Amino acid sequence: MNPLIKRIIFIVVVLGLWELGSQLQIWSELILPAPSSVGVALYEGFANMTLVYDFVASFRRLIIGLAIALFIGTSIGLLIAKSKTADDTIGSMLLAFQSVPSIVWLPLAMMWFGLNDKAVIFVVVLGGTFVMAMNVRSGIKNVSPDFIRAARTMGAKGFDLFIRVIFPASIPYFVTGSRLAWAFAWRALIAGELLSTGPGLGYTLSYASDFGEMELVIGVMIIIGVIGLIVDQVIFQRIEKSVAKRWGLEL
Amino acid sequence: MTFITLDSIQKQFFDKNNQPHTVLDNINVSIEKGEFVSILGPSGCGKSTLLSMVAGLTQATDGEIVIDNDYIVNGPGKDRGMVFQQASLFPWLNVLENVKFPLKKEMSKQKASDQAKKYIQKVQLSSYLDHYTHELSGGMQQRVAIARALAMNPEILLMDEPFGALDEQTRTLLHDQLEQIWIDTKKTVLFVTHSINESIKLSDRILVMGTQPGRILTDIKVDLPRPRTNYKEQMLRIEDEIMQYLKSEIDKVVQEELNNESTH
Repeated sequence: MNPLIKRIIFIVVVLGLWELGSQLQIWSELILPAPSSVGVALYEGFANMTLVYDFVASFRRLIIGLAIALFIGTSIGLLIAKSKTADDTIGSMLLAFQSVPSIVWLPLAMMWFGLNDKAVIFVVVLGGTFVMAMNVRSGIKNVSPDFIRAARTMGAKGFDLFIRVIFPASIPYFVTGSRLAWAFAWRALIAGELLSTGPGLGYTLSYASDFGEMELVIGVMIIIGVIGLIVDQVIFQRIEKSVAKRWGLEL
Repeated sequence: MTFITLDSIQKQFFDKNNQPHTVLDNINVSIEKGEFVSILGPSGCGKSTLLSMVAGLTQATDGEIVIDNDYIVNGPGKDRGMVFQQASLFPWLNVLENVKFPLKKEMSKQKASDQAKKYIQKVQLSSYLDHYTHELSGGMQQRVAIARALAMNPEILLMDEPFGALDEQTRTLLHDQLEQIWIDTKKTVLFVTHSINESIKLSDRILVMGTQPGRILTDIKVDLPRPRTNYKEQMLRIEDEIMQYLKSEIDKVVQEELNNESTH
């Protein structure tokens, strides 16, 4: 059987059992609202535009934060790939920073920037920067020496060699770095918004929770999941695959 | 007239225990302009290192390489094009862009394109201009690499076991193509190989190298008309002659490996 059909049947069965359980009041609507209620909450949210505003506000923060993260991450990555001293000092610290979930910076960020957009964006930036830096570093360090030797025999050296060979050769790592940076930034964003102020998907989630609107909570969770899935599977994995193929990294 | 002079080339390196190892010992060679010279030897004799020195990618510990009685090699230059065992084409560029790579800085786009196309035609890949590396077979990649090295119109073509990774049929095809290109372009070719047959088929001269330390055992002239397919007998005689020189060297390598085996 076609895997897609299997998947659809599976989802329909799960939703059916869930709806049935709710209708038979096996569990209370407050603990786990029925899929139909979630659907209504989502519809209303989109109809009165609140979820649309949330979505736009969240994405605005994400894009600003991710852009800054990619820029700083690339700069740090280049620096530690090229300078041994920088790698020994900044490089070793990056690993430590990367193992701390960036949301723990929020209390400090709120002290520095106030309870606003900037604090959340700061957390998003921290979420994406380190993983990007590590990947850029690996990319530059793993350029095949064969490429460099070949380029040198053709007169390339210095900055020219970097721009025309080292940089393009490490593009697969830049793509992977960007994908991971996005994934970390996306999680950091929602966490930041949950604890911060609105509008935004994370804020609406915590707001709905405060008012016991569990159907909206689940609705926002679904939106977050769907966006994550689309960006990761549809955008990044496709780019990553086509780059890997062209760069000959695929079996 | 002497075109490339290798003057008492010496190469040493120090291993982990700070023991000196001599890779190349007192290499003296003169190569004429337009000559096709093979460097033949067992693995580990330093033949690739020697070629890499002519390319300017490796520094000699002692001695010098002089081109055209004019300048000493101390780095890569566009007068010396190189083809490696791995084609080392840039996967982010298509065939035409790869061959244009060495031309970008010194001529207009149009002129670079024309010149690149001219050499791509020489290796008979004109219908693959916009293909990427992963879409080409190993033999085709190596032909693109040859076109790329030729595109900057170097006086000297350095080839480091360029056909070593190819199957027999493709190799035979590329031998013929390379021979034709050499006849057409009159380049001076230095060709590193471990195939006796390949070296006899292609070269004017064969430098047979021994190992431990790497040194030149003999310098054999191959004075047969081209193409050499009709001179099987003479080629066999040269092969025997080379085998005489190499036999003791190959024994040495085998003995070394056996010793390593027993100590590990």
